[in-house]
Amino acid sequence: MPRRFGRRDRSAADLADVTPAAEDAARAAATRVARESYGKLVAFLAARDRDIAAAEDALSDALAAALADWPRRGVPANPEGWLIVTARRRRIDAARRSRIADEASETLRFAAEELQAAEDVGPLPDRRLALMFVCAHPAIDEAVRAPLMLQTILGLDAGAIASAFLVSPAAMGQRLSRAKAKIRLAGAPFRIPERDELPERLDAVLEAIYAAFAYGWEQAFADDPRGRNLAEEAIWLGRLVASLALDEPEALGLLALMLYADSRRAARRDAAGSYVPLAEQDVSRWSAATIDEAERLLRAASVKRAPGRFQLEAAIQSAHAERRHGGATNWPAIAALYDALYALTDSKVVAVNRAVATAEAYGEAAGLALLEAAAADGDLDGYQSYWAARAALAARAGRKGEAADAYRHAIGLEFDPATRVFLIERLALLG
Amino acid sequence: MQYLLLIHGEEGRFANMPKGDVEKMMAAYGAYTQALKDAGVLRGGERLQPSTTATVVRAKNGKTSVLNGPYAEVKEQLGGYYVIEAADLDAAIGWAARCPGASDGAIEVRPIWPM
Repeated sequence: MPRRFGRRDRSAADLADVTPAAEDAARAAATRVARESYGKLVAFLAARDRDIAAAEDALSDALAAALADWPRRGVPANPEGWLIVTARRRRIDAARRSRIADEASETLRFAAEELQAAEDVGPLPDRRLALMFVCAHPAIDEAVRAPLMLQTILGLDAGAIASAFLVSPAAMGQRLSRAKAKIRLAGAPFRIPERDELPERLDAVLEAIYAAFAYGWEQAFADDPRGRNLAEEAIWLGRLVASLALDEPEALGLLALMLYADSRRAARRDAAGSYVPLAEQDVSRWSAATIDEAERLLRAASVKRAPGRFQLEAAIQSAHAERRHGGATNWPAIAALYDALYALTDSKVVAVNRAVATAEAYGEAAGLALLEAAAADGDLDGYQSYWAARAALAARAGRKGEAADAYRHAIGLEFDPATRVFLIERLALLG
Repeated sequence: MQYLLLIHGEEGRFANMPKGDVEKMMAAYGAYTQALKDAGVLRGGERLQPSTTATVVRAKNGKTSVLNGPYAEVKEQLGGYYVIEAADLDAAIGWAARCPGASDGAIEVRPIWPM
């Protein structure tokens, strides 16, 4: 995924006395610090006055300065500190140019203090979790929370985020800057919420990360290499939040859930690139190491005895992963987990998956009955997975007319060419 | 930071309220206002006459127009406001959620533009 710190804006004269090796080393160092520390630097720079846009601009200038300076003078001992000090100086310069005197003096005061702090303290305090809570604040439009996190924590550029989320770069840029303006003007705080409101607020953070993962996942299906990257970035965010919010079982549950899905990535396509449903996947192509990590995380979460949506979903994936040991899938257990999940979420995605699991455990009639009940209010009419599930179950139950009708709906609503071909083949098999 | 808490509620329901309920509501507002004072965050606030008493004035191109009624004909009308001092949006939201008007109407939280 393109990042905002990749640009080179230097004159040729700057490079006259720089060896290619020094330049490569400096570029690698700057890229590594940016990758690992971008969110930490933005969070530190913005925490005081809540001005994320100004922090990003200053950091972007500092990274450009690093690319000009480090090849000649070598990579500093404390690259994060170097970037903070440089970014702060840029903000002071920017404030001096600012015509609004009051604002400038305020910014100058902050900047001078922060500059002092950056030079005094060695390691940078990690305020990324607070920044995540700001991005997923209930006062921020839900649709922009995941993009905001991808930009402020990971430094992805608005264009890349826009294409992953299927909106125009201009619209995404506007949403992001509107959200940042709201954070600054309405005073959304950079802090970890209190105990009593933490679970709910953390849910919003986790939901946003999962939304980014789901977008990446769907895009990965749709033959788009960018999608794969967005799913990876979401896993990275999941690791970060799990490491920063240590006691929160749902954070561990979300990371486990994403890893289970990721473990099956290679097995989701056959040699010809066609979609392979879970039940038909070659288990030897699942990543054992990734599943092992997910299992460890899920066990660590379950010890806390506070089940939630992500832990339940991860537990379902864990039950599917049992197949790698050669055993049959325990469908009654999976159906029971879906029952609990449906009671908790009331989501249409869960409703469909629950019906499919129930059909596997107790027969097509039981599954179709659940689907019909869930679809009674018409909410599922435009939902592709509902039609695909209904088609498959009706076909197995011998209800050919119903199955063909449902397949046609599913094909019409499908985005992914490979899945569309799969559905067309199944429709043809009905005869 | 200072925030304006705008109290929006259904006026019709309030007009038909039994006397006992009106007293309870007034007592709740009294206690809430006192809590804002005790916390040292109250900067101002008033209750407004019903929106049927409102008049909208415009002076476009030097021509004054005066219209009967509130600015927007909506079910939930502005019925009062508080101005409070709060550390950040979360603190302001915390106060808004405790306003009696939040339980049967809606409180809009608006940061005040510092001058």
